[in-house]
Amino acid sequence: MNRHLISAADLSLADAISILDTAEELARLAERPIPKLPTLRGRTVVNLFYEDSTRTRISFEAAAKRLSADVINFSAKGSSVAKGESLKDTALTLQAMGADAVVIRHNASGAPHRLAEWVRGSVVNAGDGTHEHPTQALLDAFTMRRRLGRLSGLRVTIVGDILHSRVARSNVWLLHTLGAQVTLVAPPTLLPVAIGTWPCAVSYDFSSVLPASDVVMMLRVQHERMAQAYFPSVREYSRRYGLDGDRMALLPPHAIVMHPGPMNRGVEITADVADSARSTIVEQVANGVAVRMAVLYLLLGGGPGGPGMAGGPAGQAAMPEPAGVAL
Amino acid sequence: MNAWLIRGARVLGADPTDITIEDGLITELAPAGRATKVAGQVIDADGLIALPGLVDLHTHLREPGREDAETVASGTAAAALGGYTVVHAMANTDPVADTAGVVEQVWRLGREAGYADVQPVGAVTAGLKGTQLAELGAMAESAAQVRMFSDDGQCVSDATLMRRALEYVKAFDGVIAQHAQEPRLTQGAQLNEGEMSARLGLTGWPAVAEEAIVARDCLLADHVGAALHICHVSTAGSVEIIRWAKSKGWRVTAEVTPHHLLLTDQLAAGYDPVYKVNPPLRTAADVAALREGLADGTIDCVATDHAPHPAESKETEWSIAAFGMTGLETALRAVHEAMVTTGLIDWAELADRMSRRPAAIGRLARTHGRPLAAGEPASLVLYDQAPVTAVDPAAHASRSRNTPFAGIKLPGQVIATFLRGTPTVLQGRLCR
Ligand SMILES: [Zn+2]
Repeated sequence: MNRHLISAADLSLADAISILDTAEELARLAERPIPKLPTLRGRTVVNLFYEDSTRTRISFEAAAKRLSADVINFSAKGSSVAKGESLKDTALTLQAMGADAVVIRHNASGAPHRLAEWVRGSVVNAGDGTHEHPTQALLDAFTMRRRLGRLSGLRVTIVGDILHSRVARSNVWLLHTLGAQVTLVAPPTLLPVAIGTWPCAVSYDFSSVLPASDVVMMLRVQHERMAQAYFPSVREYSRRYGLDGDRMALLPPHAIVMHPGPMNRGVEITADVADSARSTIVEQVANGVAVRMAVLYLLLGGGPGGPGMAGGPAGQAAMPEPAGVAL
Repeated sequence: MNAWLIRGARVLGADPTDITIEDGLITELAPAGRATKVAGQVIDADGLIALPGLVDLHTHLREPGREDAETVASGTAAAALGGYTVVHAMANTDPVADTAGVVEQVWRLGREAGYADVQPVGAVTAGLKGTQLAELGAMAESAAQVRMFSDDGQCVSDATLMRRALEYVKAFDGVIAQHAQEPRLTQGAQLNEGEMSARLGLTGWPAVAEEAIVARDCLLADHVGAALHICHVSTAGSVEIIRWAKSKGWRVTAEVTPHHLLLTDQLAAGYDPVYKVNPPLRTAADVAALREGLADGTIDCVATDHAPHPAESKETEWSIAAFGMTGLETALRAVHEAMVTTGLIDWAELADRMSRRPAAIGRLARTHGRPLAAGEPASLVLYDQAPVTAVDPAAHASRSRNTPFAGIKLPGQVIATFLRGTPTVLQGRLCR
């Protein structure tokens, strides 16, 4: 595994499985009475958030704290970022503070790549523009594996604004690596023109793919896309690409419904679907912490085999290896 | 008397020749060792290629307004080091070169700098705002004698305004140089729309946004019988349209940049904004079509689109970084690599595409882009095609370092540049 987690495309199959297995173990440990591990004691994790995303920030913060890392939240609001300090200068400041990992959320695609050139610690992409959100894809895969028992051969349908979705990009690369079959469903306007180069199928007919889907992942659609003429109206979008009870009935009995949140109830998903037994939406949030713990653990020097082995994290603190070693 | 004897230079790559220069003119060309006039200073040019001084139709000198990025002095020094003897200074300065006063200021600064002639380009519309014609006639009649007009950086997207501009400058043999970019199709655009933009999540810049304007303006140029020049052609489709327009006999010319002849959008993979440029880097298929178009003459010439930017404009996230690359000091080497090394053109054709034709398009054919012959102005370059070295931006005379070729090995080295008999570069170094 690389020193950074910037793109899901950078993960090998072994990397991805290692993260999911480690997350599984950490999730089990979290069920103990005292769910805190000493693994990253003395290490500093900075949450550098240029976009408001309380849920993702809290998820990373909880993950780092459960591994006993020191957490610094550096948000665009109330910091020098708002006064226009450049990303480079901020990076140099974080470097001087001795950040071992920087978790960055940014509205510009590629900001984590730039940051990685300016800091020595590990960079974790917590969502960059319309590029990627790899920990979301990892927690989605984790959730699918927990619910359905496997990933290889799984038929996953992702529906919505693919063009602008960092969740879709990360899921396409990761699920492809993990051996799942991905089908993207969207109006043609919300698919990249070069979609034919991605390792997935494409359909404009949502209902027709549902009977052959093990997983349906609904993406948030922003109202402003209507003003930009990507589709005529929210109503028409919902009718053609939304998931309601009637459409959900087309799914095989075992199939699950996912959504990375935050949802637009009544737009891409109806309330009865979101709250149904098929829905994994609440689980996804809980699984997010375990997956992010696994990512921080592995990037900051935990070894494969996991924190539960070799004496166990509840016992001695594993000596953190230097960042940069291959997993 | 200011006299030079250049011994044994291969004129346009042909047999070794002695070139005698006296008082700004070439006074004799003779087979090597047969020069009849024994002039003042002697340059041993054994093995070097002699080319006419290069002519750039598209340079951003940034002065007035952004002297932190470049000045007329530093930009023309860069030009001389790249083998150029005249550059066309684009109008998107601050203030905009949309009046006789500003174009004369730039023209005068060029005369004072002395490293290369500076031919100002006038804005088409007042303030580059695309709503009202600038005083084109006043700029034409000024000391700068502007003949080329461009809103470069902005497209003259209003079809009626473009038609009027094309028509209006016919009165003084002017030419409108269009930056072909349909604005609605490129809102927020960052990178060529294709596989890379899709993967990187960068807003796509479709080829059609360029081609639609190229096609429209070719039709307009025909309709009003005017001269149109297309700046920095970047797509295979544009080459096709221009080839078609030329086959009709329409007065359309075009340029391509060295970077579009050599680089593709694959370089954006790491989000380094040094590769962010307008128009964007395209695909390998586009590069192949541009090379073919330049070789067969569909694209008339190479123009650098030298666009210097201070470091802080590039050391940022991709989406907020400035568009543009420097080019003057690497253009000849890049074209050598893309076109000559590949066997697509020879040195005589390179001289045609980098000197004679751009001079004609810029309406400077009486003074620049002249043949290397007795009686002609002694504006020429001596070029060593042998060395292959990595480009070192720190060694550049430009005030800016945003070259996409940093660390890349390119062939060739400019050894000397003469402007009307006076060396501006000798032994690869700036004179004075
Ligand atoms: Zn331009």
